[in-house]
Amino acid sequence: MLDCGAFLCAITQSTRTYARDLLTHPTENIMRVLGIETSCDETGVAIYDSQEGLLAHRLYTQIAIHAQYGGVVPELASRDHIRKLIPLIQQVLKESHIVKADGIAYTAGPGLIGALLVGATVARSLAWGWQVPAIGINHLEGHLLVALLEQPAPTFPFLALLVSGGHTQLIAAQGLGQYHILGESVDDAAGEAFDKTAKLLGLGYPGGPALAQLAQQGRPHAFEFPRPMTTRPGLDFSFSGLKTHALITWQTSAQTDQVRADIAYAFQQAVIDTLIIKCRRALQHTGFTQLVIAGGVGANQQLRQQFRQLADRLHITVYYPRPLFCTDNGAMIAYAGHLHLTAGHTEPLSFKVHPRWSLNNSA
Amino acid sequence: MKLLAFDTSTELCSCALYLDGQISHRSLLTPQRHTQFILGLMEELLATAELNLSQLDGLAVGQGPGSFTGLRIACGIAQGLALANNLPVAMVSTLAMLAQKAYEIHQVTQVLSAIDARIGEVYWGSYHLNSRNIMEKQDVEIVCSPEQVTLPTTGHWYGVGSGWDRYGTLLIQRLGPLLNGHQLGQYPDSTALLSLALDQFANQHWVTAEQVLPVYLRNKVV
Repeated sequence: MLDCGAFLCAITQSTRTYARDLLTHPTENIMRVLGIETSCDETGVAIYDSQEGLLAHRLYTQIAIHAQYGGVVPELASRDHIRKLIPLIQQVLKESHIVKADGIAYTAGPGLIGALLVGATVARSLAWGWQVPAIGINHLEGHLLVALLEQPAPTFPFLALLVSGGHTQLIAAQGLGQYHILGESVDDAAGEAFDKTAKLLGLGYPGGPALAQLAQQGRPHAFEFPRPMTTRPGLDFSFSGLKTHALITWQTSAQTDQVRADIAYAFQQAVIDTLIIKCRRALQHTGFTQLVIAGGVGANQQLRQQFRQLADRLHITVYYPRPLFCTDNGAMIAYAGHLHLTAGHTEPLSFKVHPRWSLNNSA
Repeated sequence: MKLLAFDTSTELCSCALYLDGQISHRSLLTPQRHTQFILGLMEELLATAELNLSQLDGLAVGQGPGSFTGLRIACGIAQGLALANNLPVAMVSTLAMLAQKAYEIHQVTQVLSAIDARIGEVYWGSYHLNSRNIMEKQDVEIVCSPEQVTLPTTGHWYGVGSGWDRYGTLLIQRLGPLLNGHQLGQYPDSTALLSLALDQFANQHWVTAEQVLPVYLRNKVV
């Protein structure tokens, strides 16, 4: 048995780890990139072609597995990823009419460590087997860049509002791998607040979309919720108080279906207003004229409509990925991977995942 | 036949190459860091033999039981390499690997393999040497407390695996005169994995990439 430290020195003298140190190889022929996403409870696989765009994308969601527990159970998520990943890869290869890709990108973080490891291990090994380069992608970068797949597409620099179940961040995107977080939630992410509020209104798990649906029946001004952290300077968010406010409002109400809808409306409007106030501030602060809305909450129709109105008022352009690519998916990883691999970023055979990986300095 | 075997089910990260009768192997203790080493070790084995992945005839992997994450690392590697090169994979029990290793080192023919399963339990299996010099399981592999494992009532048995490191005193007491020895500090390793896998390939017992899945034994995790 060799000493582990000595061996590490021996094999890693010329090899480095992504995020801290990237290998740079000339990579002229990165035509088709296989993207693999397994950071949480969705197994996403896609193939992006530099000439033809997306050739195929598949998503398998584990929602049904976790619903009975009221949240994602990490071990069950990992077990399901390793069952589903290879069949999904086989399916997208078949749909793309190719037998191998020219490079592989996988989500290396942030996310659940066990879930990330499944995607990373399969991706790195498949790339070695195919003798093609591999790259670990920051999941949040995937969300930011997927808007570039749409037409018209934004160009750097732009402001991104990333709103999902795990994150609420305002990001200045200056170029590929050049991201600066301007503000973020100090407690619950916006999507998390949607899900938690939905749960306490009895809308099940994950109830965010159901809450948005119910809000359509709500009456404006039946309740007024606070707009947290908007009266003080800065670009950070806080959404956990809104959930508590919703609970107290519900408990002290007549608890009718109309009241439930009114609370849903008031809650949703408070979240949207808060996001808009902070976005407007960030646009003024950066001087950027393009805004990208990314992440699962970005699929919310009310939010989209009100951000369009904001864009009209401020004479800026707002960009949304198609709703399918707002939530976790393999296409965003394939696309971000294509950009990085084309830029010459690759990884050695030694790989790691990063369960907590900030987008600041992510390349 | 050219066969590449690997296992990451415990703190030990190991791999072995079978090249038409010649065996070479590498192993490292790399708890929680297998992904940083295992592919490099495998590449080193292949490079030394001047072989590349596409020249292999098959893969062999420790399917479990063991660390859940470790099993998924080994199975994920097997899935990726098998899909890339259309390779068949022999899925081998880690408890059988322990028994096979005990036979190859000590020539014992009846082995009780135990891997520490945490939370007061062990992964457990009993093995007997068959006419092909391969360790064959005598009963289903289980996970339970060391107090509850069903012990043999006749014969002479040898104990091996981290379950013996942890619960040796209790198991020795329970087995009494049926135990003819045990060895501490043993991990499943890839040379024993090769022996078992070669036997499986000889019997056409292998799977393809999408069928490579860990055997956890502990299936109640919520």
